[in-house]
Amino acid sequence: MSQRAPAFPKTSARRPSAVWKVLTSTDHKSIGLTYMGVAAVFLVLGGLEALVMRLQLAVPGNRLLAGETYDRFLTMHGTTMIFFVLLPLLLGFTNYLLPLQIGARDMAFPRMNAFSLWLLVGGGLLLYLSPLTGAPSQGWFSYAPLSETPFTPQRGVDLWSAALIVGGYGTTLTAVNVLVTGARLRMRGMLYKRLPMFAWMSWINGFIILFALPCLTAVLLMLEVDRLLGAGLFTRGDPVLWQHYFWLFGHPEIYLLILPAWGLISEIIPVFSRKPIFGYEFVAWSTVAIAFLSFAVYAHHMFAVGLGWPVELAFGTTSMLIAIPTGIKVFNWLATMWKGSVRYTLPMLYAAAFIVQFTFGGVSGVTFAVVPIDWQLTDTYYVVAHFHYVLFGGSLFAVLAGLHYLYPKFTGRFLDERLGRWGFWLNVIGFNGVFLVQHLLGLMGMPRRVYTYPDLPGWGALNLFSTVSGFVLGVGLLLLLVNLIRSRTHGRLAGRDPWNGWTLEWLTDSPPQEGNFSQLPPLHSRRPLWDLKHPDDMDHVRPRRHDKNGHIREEERGHQ
Amino acid sequence: MSTYPVFSPASSLAQPITDLTRLTFWLGLGVFLIVALVLGYFMWRYRHRGADGEPGQVFGNTTDEVSWIVAAVLLVAFLLFMTVRVAAASSPATDTRTPDIYVVAHQWYWEFRTPDGAASSGELHIPAGQRVLLDLTSTDVIHDFSAPQLARKIDVIPGQHNRLWIEAAQPGTFSGVCNEFCGPEHAWMRFVVIAEPLAEYRAHQAVQAAAAALPSASNASAVRGAQVFGRVQCGACHQVRGQPSAFPHSGAVGPDLTHFASRRILAGGVLTNTPEHLRQWLRNTQDIKPGARMPTLPLSESEISDLSSYLEALK
Repeated sequence: MSQRAPAFPKTSARRPSAVWKVLTSTDHKSIGLTYMGVAAVFLVLGGLEALVMRLQLAVPGNRLLAGETYDRFLTMHGTTMIFFVLLPLLLGFTNYLLPLQIGARDMAFPRMNAFSLWLLVGGGLLLYLSPLTGAPSQGWFSYAPLSETPFTPQRGVDLWSAALIVGGYGTTLTAVNVLVTGARLRMRGMLYKRLPMFAWMSWINGFIILFALPCLTAVLLMLEVDRLLGAGLFTRGDPVLWQHYFWLFGHPEIYLLILPAWGLISEIIPVFSRKPIFGYEFVAWSTVAIAFLSFAVYAHHMFAVGLGWPVELAFGTTSMLIAIPTGIKVFNWLATMWKGSVRYTLPMLYAAAFIVQFTFGGVSGVTFAVVPIDWQLTDTYYVVAHFHYVLFGGSLFAVLAGLHYLYPKFTGRFLDERLGRWGFWLNVIGFNGVFLVQHLLGLMGMPRRVYTYPDLPGWGALNLFSTVSGFVLGVGLLLLLVNLIRSRTHGRLAGRDPWNGWTLEWLTDSPPQEGNFSQLPPLHSRRPLWDLKHPDDMDHVRPRRHDKNGHIREEERGHQ
Repeated sequence: MSTYPVFSPASSLAQPITDLTRLTFWLGLGVFLIVALVLGYFMWRYRHRGADGEPGQVFGNTTDEVSWIVAAVLLVAFLLFMTVRVAAASSPATDTRTPDIYVVAHQWYWEFRTPDGAASSGELHIPAGQRVLLDLTSTDVIHDFSAPQLARKIDVIPGQHNRLWIEAAQPGTFSGVCNEFCGPEHAWMRFVVIAEPLAEYRAHQAVQAAAAALPSASNASAVRGAQVFGRVQCGACHQVRGQPSAFPHSGAVGPDLTHFASRRILAGGVLTNTPEHLRQWLRNTQDIKPGARMPTLPLSESEISDLSSYLEALK
């Protein structure tokens, strides 16, 4: 009898391909990068949709797109950018960075983490299947009763709901993962009060996601009960009910799209100013205040509904209050630079542009909390300008800052400096060119969500300017994409700690090995790497060694 | 009409909002400039100048924090105080008295009815110098009534009757628009508000409330047009009060056409109301306003011409 070789499947001899690795990985770093890659694909789609819309709006009375076609682009653009670009980008950073910053090997539930990712990707696929059955045209906010079958009959609306329900479950599970990771997997010595700013903000963000997303899921199910079973919750019932549920999700959504972005900024500004974040406790607790308040401001989207003055006053007040913790953050970022030594690196440039643009968007946001101004300006282009300043000029610019900051960690190489600077300036000029003039259009009375407009004085010129700037922005983002791909193989080698950073992610290899760390230093402060690099000036002994300007006291010099 | 309606109020209701908007914009600009200039100054003043070593490690300063928190609280408190004051002045309580005008929003045109039976579309007449109480509702989806020079905006919601005071201090023409996304032709849901001295307003309303004058026999084209109107069943959607009973009105889907020729805009503002535009509209309805509830009717050129003569006679 001949001895038979054990019958292993042939494939096991082959090394798994890179694609298969990405598809099956449960490693938080791979998942984080996949989130970002998916977001990049959707950014291209959503960006092209935006450019098509801008082409239609370039001149008054344009006939390029019919109203309904324009509305489909409008809906796909909004949904894509919010749910499948910004959200996965921020979840990507959270996934990648949170375990590294707290000294963990991985997220708490790696398999659930992969499941969440692929649910979100599945949601995105469902959304982009919808054009096959008639793309949704009811807007990303999907107000009832316009979103009901009599007014928007195409099946694309149902696919749109399904996309957000499926993707939303993924996001909710990610929130659970983030919360458990942050609560249970912090290394020895990593107290809550020592969490790096990004880790803190993305952990708090887990709470917002956990409580906000179910409101969306619930209301989408209600919409489908109406559309598929004819219940009439929003038609025979109350159409305004949709808005309550939607914005109870929708306004926290705006904050959950910016908290991790603030976290990135709060990492970048200290490192490139060579000073710790100014007022750590204030920045940290203002985040908690914002998380609570974000659920108490939602009806400021509804000041024109006719809710009644007491309700409007209450929500106007909370909406103004939330400006205070936001302002605290901005002032602390500025104070961090005070007496620092500012390096003009690409991440820092993006962070500076972020502060300017985000503040502009924040200030224009306060004008909506002043209820009578909202009665005049809501649903005009002024709103479009405002929230693009917050979400694009704010959140996305912060993400770009983070991308330039962490690319060396992701790949081991720097992004190309020259290409990066060209991209930066094109993005800044393009972005502000598109949206600054839209404030004026809003003040001129141009309604938002219109596919065309009459030839009133100034409208055509400003819209054309906005469209042209849109293409400048497109080129800027394209350069960034080229840079991201090219620098993977051609970039300058970065090493472990290219920026002379202070948090644990800079302790390990670039890219980090499996399991992240071979050993971890003892942790006594918020800046473990500072302590390692300055054994004579460690943070946790600082209060007694330093005067109030931060200088080492004369009598302490030379003492160890 | 003005370039910046928000900054050109023409009523005692819109004026306080304009003042508050200016004030808030200046304050906001101040805050923005402080942040931007401080950022610019710090970027320049504290830029890395090639020195080795790290700058002094400052971790924070509670006095600084408290001072800018207090400043922010004071600013917010002031804005809140102004909000309460201006809200009362610009959106006074609407009592339960009979409204002066009923506003009914449709996909995609505005209907304005008065208690005396007049109905107009796309054109709202009000007496100048007095506050007029509107009752607003919708027959289909949510719309929004916005005439920024005259009053705040308010949503127009099916199954709900919102109320709104509007006022024009002086006679004039003001533009208005739907401000809530309401479907494919949201862009063409505009209207004009015409404020007239009281006497003129009353005269105009008297004409509008009356039934349509039937075309005189001398206008043969218009007489034929009336027959076309009946034959293609325009009355299924459009009402012409005083129309011969042979062509009964059966629905309120489209605008009331009783005094069609007196109006300035056509089909939610996509065209001005001229005989030439009307013929274009009848010829290519769906091309001019794709998605409009009115189909492109299979009419011959002569029928279009007759129908147009008939409608142009409805002064």
